Amino acid sequence: MPDAPGLELIAGELNDAHPGSVLETYHDRGQACLIVDPGQVLAVLGWLRDTSGQEYWFLASLHAADYLPAEPRFGVHYELLNMARVERLRVRAALDDPGGDDLPELDSCVDMFPTAEFQEREAYDFFGIVFRGHPDLRRILMPEEYVGWPQRRDFPVGGEPVIFTHNEREVPRWYE
Amino acid sequence: MRREKIRALAPLEQPRSDQELRVRQLRARDLLRGDLEDEELQKHVEESVLATRLEKALNWGRANAMFPATFGLACCAIEMMSIVSPRYDIARFGAEAMRASPRQADFLILSGRVSIKMAPVVRRLYDQMLEPKWVISMGACSSSGGMFANYAVVQGADKFMPVDIHVPGCPPRPEALLYGFNKLQRMILGHPDPGWRSRYNAAGTEEWAREEAITTGGVDEYREARRVAKGAPPPPPDAGAA
Amino acid sequence: MKTPEAQAEGKVFGAGAEEAAGSGVRHGTAPAPGRDRVAHTEATVIGTSPIERTTVAEPGSDPAAPGREAEEAAGSGSELMTINLGPHHPATHGVLRLLVSLEGEIVRDLKPIVGYVHTGIEKSCEDKSYWKVIPFVERMDYVSYYFQMEAFCGAVERLIGLEIPERAKYLRVIHLELNRIHSHLVWLGTSALDVGAMSMFFYCFRERDRVLDLFEMSSGQRMHTRYFQIGGVFEDIPVGFAEKVRAFCAEMPSRIDQYEALLTRNEIFLRRTKGIGVVPRERLLDLGVTGPLLRAAGEPWDLRKAEPYLSYADHEFRIPVGTIGDGWDRYRVRVQEMRESVRIIEQALEGLPEGPWIADDRKYVLPPRNELSTSMESLIHHFKLVTEGFRVAPGEVYNAIEGPRGELGCFVVADGSAKPARVHFRDSSFVNLQVLRDMCMDEYVADLIQNLAMLDPILGGIDR
Repeated sequence: MPDAPGLELIAGELNDAHPGSVLETYHDRGQACLIVDPGQVLAVLGWLRDTSGQEYWFLASLHAADYLPAEPRFGVHYELLNMARVERLRVRAALDDPGGDDLPELDSCVDMFPTAEFQEREAYDFFGIVFRGHPDLRRILMPEEYVGWPQRRDFPVGGEPVIFTHNEREVPRWYE
Repeated sequence: MRREKIRALAPLEQPRSDQELRVRQLRARDLLRGDLEDEELQKHVEESVLATRLEKALNWGRANAMFPATFGLACCAIEMMSIVSPRYDIARFGAEAMRASPRQADFLILSGRVSIKMAPVVRRLYDQMLEPKWVISMGACSSSGGMFANYAVVQGADKFMPVDIHVPGCPPRPEALLYGFNKLQRMILGHPDPGWRSRYNAAGTEEWAREEAITTGGVDEYREARRVAKGAPPPPPDAGAA
Repeated sequence: MKTPEAQAEGKVFGAGAEEAAGSGVRHGTAPAPGRDRVAHTEATVIGTSPIERTTVAEPGSDPAAPGREAEEAAGSGSELMTINLGPHHPATHGVLRLLVSLEGEIVRDLKPIVGYVHTGIEKSCEDKSYWKVIPFVERMDYVSYYFQMEAFCGAVERLIGLEIPERAKYLRVIHLELNRIHSHLVWLGTSALDVGAMSMFFYCFRERDRVLDLFEMSSGQRMHTRYFQIGGVFEDIPVGFAEKVRAFCAEMPSRIDQYEALLTRNEIFLRRTKGIGVVPRERLLDLGVTGPLLRAAGEPWDLRKAEPYLSYADHEFRIPVGTIGDGWDRYRVRVQEMRESVRIIEQALEGLPEGPWIADDRKYVLPPRNELSTSMESLIHHFKLVTEGFRVAPGEVYNAIEGPRGELGCFVVADGSAKPARVHFRDSSFVNLQVLRDMCMDEYVADLIQNLAMLDPILGGIDR
């Protein structure tokens, strides 16, 4: 993990190369995180991968999280790894929820990191985040025609009420 | 009173009353004397020989040479694989020939959580199996959804297919699965184990999943049968003395 | 940093890789030159005797080869038949569905369709307090359950800043390595079964039952033991456990010798696995592949050595590395990993320190039961922990460990309450599955089964 000053240096250089990309830095519990503007996420990843001295060319994980009461609502995390120095860096693209029927959009990094193919599909499947430029963006774990984005915080967990003796007369059975 | 209920569940070859037994005895005597005519003879042969001996032989053959259709879905599949392993040998019960194709399999061991994407596949595979077929629902997840009470898991395989034996556990030990398999064998042989119902005097309380109730809508007659079973009037006096 | 031991031993993965790379076994460009060639591998895997060398035929020299050039030369049209290797198939290691486009018997395209055992574990975890999440995450990758427990417990321990005692670290390492052996045994048994070597299944499951006996001894359950808790392990190991593990470790190398005697020089196995499913190392790294697949291709990357966690820094073990990463290399790497795991367990047992097996902090760890009747505070802590659970200050953490299939990462977001706001697992099988297409492209469909077996996918981890 780059330590806190190292992280600030990276953020500074990134902002020099791509102005306005890094919104915040966050160094907590020994882990470094850059919060970036979603429109420039490809530029940031490309810079981190290609710049000598950085060379984070292994994408360990791409995942999303829903921070619902907090704004911006979605965060797409890119866990980068520099294998030579064994340093991990997390890049978080802070996405807003456009509201209504629209889905949040982000550029796909499949060209840069082919490993992202399945992982972006998973983020789409569970959160409804559309990755522009993804070769085959469709649901991966849920059935193809499923409606809803299960991993969002406002989606119910689901399941059925368990039948105990105290509620066995109220809960309808399969034959009713 | 209690003996009548158990007799009602008994397999076909047992006489249902003392009168029936007497009739059978007389018929057997007449057979030996050569006095039985064609129709009577045929009926007697059907009842005593075909219905009993042949069916028993068939059931014995079925029970001791079952081909499981392995439906390894999740963690229970690993424990199911280990019943084939030398320590918990299922070959001693004749069932080590795990057939992947449903057309060649006798019973389905549904091992693992049934997700909503997989449920239609399981049902189709079950439909492709040839009669007679049975289902062992192995583990908590396929019996009742297990610990996963959420949007993705069907809460019990018996929501969409009939299940004969449920084996609890998460995952059940291979010995538990073998015990369940033995119970299935006893069920096939014609003496199903009433289980706790025999100890708690609850012989009429089973809920059977009937195909007609699900598909053709025999719900009304099923409800009628349940109502009768719950608050039935005492059986008529000629059904037999204690 | 990259396994200096291995380099000191003079393992020639560098030299072998160049030679192998130069021989033209490159995927997607030059076609695999024919069924009868057995590839030139210099897989000098540690501790083994030299492997036969065979030559690679020149690309295009064998007219009976699968490959675009040969087909075009023969003048056949490209009529693709798409078949479905359905979710229910004896060889798909779980419910993996593959849509395979075949031209004759050669795979031209491959699309994996997953999700048939998707259990919504990550969503269910958001509803449970932190220690109740442990049984849920165990059941993701269901042959390596201790690893999921470790990834999650490690992530939460990082979030709350809890140090676990030394004895707990060693006990965790013992159980993790036993689970690694268990996972590789299940892999070996089922893969050999796929390739046709049925007796391997019985041998491997014989040993697997011994490992499960050890788990049962320490935790009461064979699988999904819920043994790791936040702060350490649930319970100390019982009397006699150490002797049993030592006896197991003493016998295990000879058992692994038995497995190798069955398969390693077996002509059928060699012809089925040598040179099959080769993907260049750079492509593997692009696809995010880690674990034995990456090591078989020559990249000595192992998180136990690169980012030591628990007590791995105290133990001396080597990382087996292959050369070109074909099916045979993958097999050798995993078998050797079993041997190395045995060594780690022996060392951990030798060095097992005395002391507590779980952290002392009563805010996060249940107090011992005998204190509940004497101490009021313990009672209150117990009550709070059981009913509500402990709260974690807001933050997020990504904890990665080396699972038997690769990097297993756990991402936990805490929002200040007693339940995690997001638990995500970066499962190694999920990411590794993307390489299946590259492995099987332009090869026979029979090799697809073998490639799938060597990939070692566990659908519970893929689908979560």
